[in-house]
Amino acid sequence: MSAVRGGPGGRLFAAALSAELLKLRTLRSTWWTLAAVVGLSVGIGYLYGSVIKGNYDDFGATPDWDPVGYGFAGTNVAQLALVCFGVLAVGAEYATGTVRASLTAVPRRGVFGAAKLTAVAVTAFAVTLPTAFVTFAAAQGAMGERQNAALGDPGAVRATVGLAVYLTLLCLISAAVTMMLRSTVLALGILVPLFFIVSDILAHLPGVGSVARYLPSVAGAQILRVVPDDRIDVGTWGGLAVLLLWTAAALCGGLVTLRRRDA
Amino acid sequence: MIEVCDLTKRHGSTPAVDALSFRAEPGRVTGFLGPNGAGKSTTLRLLLALDRPDRGHALIGGRSYVRMRDPLRTVGALLDASSVHGGRTARAHLRTLARTHRIPDSRVGEVIGLTGLDGVAGRRAGTLSLGMRQRLGIAAALLGDPAVLLLDEPVNGLDPEGIVWIRTLMRELAAEGRTVLVSSHLMSEAALTVDQVVVIGRGRLLAEGDVAEIVRTYAGPAGSLEEAYLRLTSGGAR
Repeated sequence: MSAVRGGPGGRLFAAALSAELLKLRTLRSTWWTLAAVVGLSVGIGYLYGSVIKGNYDDFGATPDWDPVGYGFAGTNVAQLALVCFGVLAVGAEYATGTVRASLTAVPRRGVFGAAKLTAVAVTAFAVTLPTAFVTFAAAQGAMGERQNAALGDPGAVRATVGLAVYLTLLCLISAAVTMMLRSTVLALGILVPLFFIVSDILAHLPGVGSVARYLPSVAGAQILRVVPDDRIDVGTWGGLAVLLLWTAAALCGGLVTLRRRDA
Repeated sequence: MIEVCDLTKRHGSTPAVDALSFRAEPGRVTGFLGPNGAGKSTTLRLLLALDRPDRGHALIGGRSYVRMRDPLRTVGALLDASSVHGGRTARAHLRTLARTHRIPDSRVGEVIGLTGLDGVAGRRAGTLSLGMRQRLGIAAALLGDPAVLLLDEPVNGLDPEGIVWIRTLMRELAAEGRTVLVSSHLMSEAALTVDQVVVIGRGRLLAEGDVAEIVRTYAGPAGSLEEAYLRLTSGGAR
């Protein structure tokens, strides 16, 4: 790291990153979407926990009961707000023409793109990591001691940190795909159904779990569970690997598009 | 100093800029003239490396834009007034650009004062009039105190007072030894501001030289820049 930071390229990147972080901070959409992520994740987790509390027979008493995974029930909805954040962070540049001002300030496309995506990822992780722990506390607190989990339980911390990692990677994919498509509407039109509708349907259709497990959100979400989902036979770390591969592909696509196309 | 040499850019099969060569010198305001669609904006975008040329090169101070380590300190550009996120305040927009070059916030305050934006710097850019957004674009161009300025139709949307202001500003910038390249399709305005002109049509160079010389050659001793321009560009359209 020190070698990178000391080089001239590193100095350019550091300045560009600081500009991109400021850009995110100075937009209202950042605050709205991230507030929605926190509210939806914690709120739905708490509601789910409250419902589960009075239904021990249907939940806590079942075999393979996974209080941690159930506590993160708000993730599916919260991730939509985070997808919006990632898409808007990049898409607004193209929609408003700000990208021309940005590229005259940072003409090296690779530096600009890397700085922007890093800023999105850093911001997303900074919000989702505390959100994950608050969600855990809210949901498990609501569930009641008879059937809930504690952070000290095996896999609980991994799943909670995993939630932040999962959400950050989805956000990064969203930002990179938008960089590829250069349009907010197009990006939302593809990502929202992919992450929210198609993934969910495929994952629960009998027999197609073998396909669904290679979708980024289905595979990645395995890390949220302490008891693995036997329909999605990919495993915790296998799921993360699949999500990482999708992320890498999206990043490559976004950065290559940015470098090749006229702005 | 701006040097454009054999610059060519095609959009599909039609050339937007076609083997264009010209120079703009320091200490002078160079008018970059031509009808709509002649390739003025494309040339400026090529100079700023926003577009990639198919052939030739566009150099500023002997270097191509992508090679510059701190381009805002070398070149200031006003491309079009809408290159701002409407939800960000004018001051925040300038601060984000300043950060890329570690330009202090005090300089942001200076250019806000210089461009007469004091009263509106805290407002969201989307709520500013076209004239105010134009001033914001010029403020961004001046941030790095650059030796070269590229201004695409800077009088667009400005009120009469603003037009006089930008005219005076360009004269002052050139008097300080800077290179100023300003595109325009308003000949009466250009005649008041520029020292030399580069006239293009359909992406090709039609004429280049001192204003007085161009007028004399193409419109006669009693002619105007407008007459010379019309004669030149009607020829280019053939």
